[in-house]
Amino acid sequence: MKANVWMGKNSVQVQEVPDPKILNQRDAIVKITSTAICGSDLHLLQGFVPTMEPGDILGHEFMGEVVEVGRGVDNLKVGDRVVVPFPIACGNCFACQSQAYSICENSNPNAWMAEKLWGHSAAGIFGYSHLTGGYAGGQAEYARVPFADVGPLKVPDGIPDEKVLFLSDVFPTGYMGAEMCDIKPGDVIAVWGCGPVGQFAIASAYLLGAERVIAIDRFPYRLHMARERAGAETINYEEADVLDTLKEMTGGRGPDACIDAVGMEAHGHGVEYMYDRAKQATRMETDRPIALRQAIKACRNGGTVSVIGAYGGFIDKFPIGSFMNRSLTLKTGQAHVQRYMRPLLQRVLDGEIDPSFIITHEMKLADAPKGYDMFKNKEDNCEKVVLRP
Amino acid sequence: MATQQFGSGDGLGGDRRAAIGILTRTDSSRLADAWYQNGSQNAGVERLARFLGWFSEGLGFAQVTAPRTVNRLIGVRDDDGSRGVMRAAGVREMTHGVGILSNSRPTGWVWTRVGGDVMDLALLARAFRADSTKRNRTMVATAAVLGVTALDVYCATQLRNGHEATETTAPIRHDITDVEKAITINRPTEDVYRFWRNFQNLPGFMQHLESVQVIDEKRSHWKAKAPAGKTVEWDAEIIEDRPNELIAWRSLEGADVQNAGSVRFSPAPGGRGTEVRVSMRYDPPAGVIGATIAKLFGEEPSQQVGDELRRLKQVLETGEVVLSEAVVNGARIKQHPAQPPEQVPGR
Repeated sequence: MKANVWMGKNSVQVQEVPDPKILNQRDAIVKITSTAICGSDLHLLQGFVPTMEPGDILGHEFMGEVVEVGRGVDNLKVGDRVVVPFPIACGNCFACQSQAYSICENSNPNAWMAEKLWGHSAAGIFGYSHLTGGYAGGQAEYARVPFADVGPLKVPDGIPDEKVLFLSDVFPTGYMGAEMCDIKPGDVIAVWGCGPVGQFAIASAYLLGAERVIAIDRFPYRLHMARERAGAETINYEEADVLDTLKEMTGGRGPDACIDAVGMEAHGHGVEYMYDRAKQATRMETDRPIALRQAIKACRNGGTVSVIGAYGGFIDKFPIGSFMNRSLTLKTGQAHVQRYMRPLLQRVLDGEIDPSFIITHEMKLADAPKGYDMFKNKEDNCEKVVLRP
Repeated sequence: MATQQFGSGDGLGGDRRAAIGILTRTDSSRLADAWYQNGSQNAGVERLARFLGWFSEGLGFAQVTAPRTVNRLIGVRDDDGSRGVMRAAGVREMTHGVGILSNSRPTGWVWTRVGGDVMDLALLARAFRADSTKRNRTMVATAAVLGVTALDVYCATQLRNGHEATETTAPIRHDITDVEKAITINRPTEDVYRFWRNFQNLPGFMQHLESVQVIDEKRSHWKAKAPAGKTVEWDAEIIEDRPNELIAWRSLEGADVQNAGSVRFSPAPGGRGTEVRVSMRYDPPAGVIGATIAKLFGEEPSQQVGDELRRLKQVLETGEVVLSEAVVNGARIKQHPAQPPEQVPGR
């Protein structure tokens, strides 16, 4: 089959690779109909996530048709149309039984690597380095899906791929980011980053009852989408001081909750940004926490900072004084997608939201390298690339 | 989040913590008893050697950085010449210290201290004859050096005897490996005990094991894979078996790999399954086979036991060992890329 593989820093290629095989009884093989490039794929592309190997198949946002099931899968049959959640979860462990699927205790065969870096391992993830299991990803014609009796969500035939594809990652991720804000009537939520996850965080904050949502980015087309499609007020941080503006917009108090939908490759200005670039380049920190620092400082006293942007390793200059003295709460996590897929599918079927609004580019799987380039360089107002095998 | 924490804020009662502490000690002493050799017989002398190492570092540092003060302390006339001698002696002293502290077998380095002591005594004797010397102070210094010399000689001879003793009875002592690991499994204690007690299940999650044959109630025969298609084998016996609580075993004489271990089962708090604690000690023989076996057991035995426990958890919770494309061959360090393998190896 054809698959998009990582070949080294800033290099991906579509190559011919062996077809996937059932390795565990609870596996299924899915013939992929749609797959997307995620912002976190760019972290892998640019070598910010350790333990990538040349030849690794990328991709963790995909859906398709079941073509084979293992002996241990009794709820799926060949021909079912499914969306596959990006975290791999067994459904049996303590974490899964608490619906905390992205920290499944059994699905990372390379848990020893993650333990070295993080102390404990989290769940395995498709196409997301060997640190999270070394699973082949979904930017391919076919994929093997472990624990197929737990993860994949069956979707009705009538609804097009683009309306349900993002249940695999970015919609539940944005939704969980908003849910962690514990939104009460009258709350103002600020969202750093207007990529796909940021857009869904904005939309979800409204679904969960936020009074106002303020979005922060620097690309006019992304801010435009946040305003026009997700309904946010916006701040372009290249034109205005974010902390001052947020204070001004919230009567001096600050947003009730702040969502970091940016993560490890945050961009910024001035001395602080140069400092983090230099530290990251010399491997003295792995992640640039510019958005996170700002979110902490901006948040109102007693508020919540919700982190869904992806981080990998270590950061520097964490504003612990601001965080501690002002009674803030930090909530984080890779999305527990399996927990959110069904209720969010229902919202899509009920017409409360059409997740396809983020798609700006559709292309063939064979053009994946071009899609990565456009997405990375924000060419042609690129917000979300969907690939069709 | 499912890993157990033992600390002041863990919500465990003091009794429970104490019990865990006692159990761990019991396990350790049982292991030690089961073992052929008590590895800690030299611990006192080794501590003394380390003390002498640090003593050298401290004294040497003082001699190098404050020769004037040291000269005054031992009653020697302070001038450029004596300060130079003092600094040189300080550098020598620090060399002893580094040598002792950085070697697991510091016997030779402790002997260099004895040589240094003799040199110091000679210098003190010469100073004693000089007119400018405050003889009372020099006498005290000489007495102190004599005392330290006695300590050095004692330490060096004890270290040498200790090594000779272990070398004649167990030439392999330095390779002994102790591992302790724990995991929580979301299954009742009886299930986990019963699964482990059926030794034929062990190769299912201990990847280096080829087979375990049960000979009788107590004894079993173990066969493990070694690199280059070789195998190592041994007989083992159960030395303690308490249903749903503990299984302890050790290898019998003639084992390719001496080993002893115990696994303890206890209910996790709040009905959250079973805590499994493994304590293992094994000792690959010296020489070529030893090197092969060391490789077999991996560079980090503690990580290997950790991986085995994780696979046990996978088997008991999910039904089988969980595979990804990268670990399909069981390879750990050198992984297959995250893409489907050409062929799925038979398992």
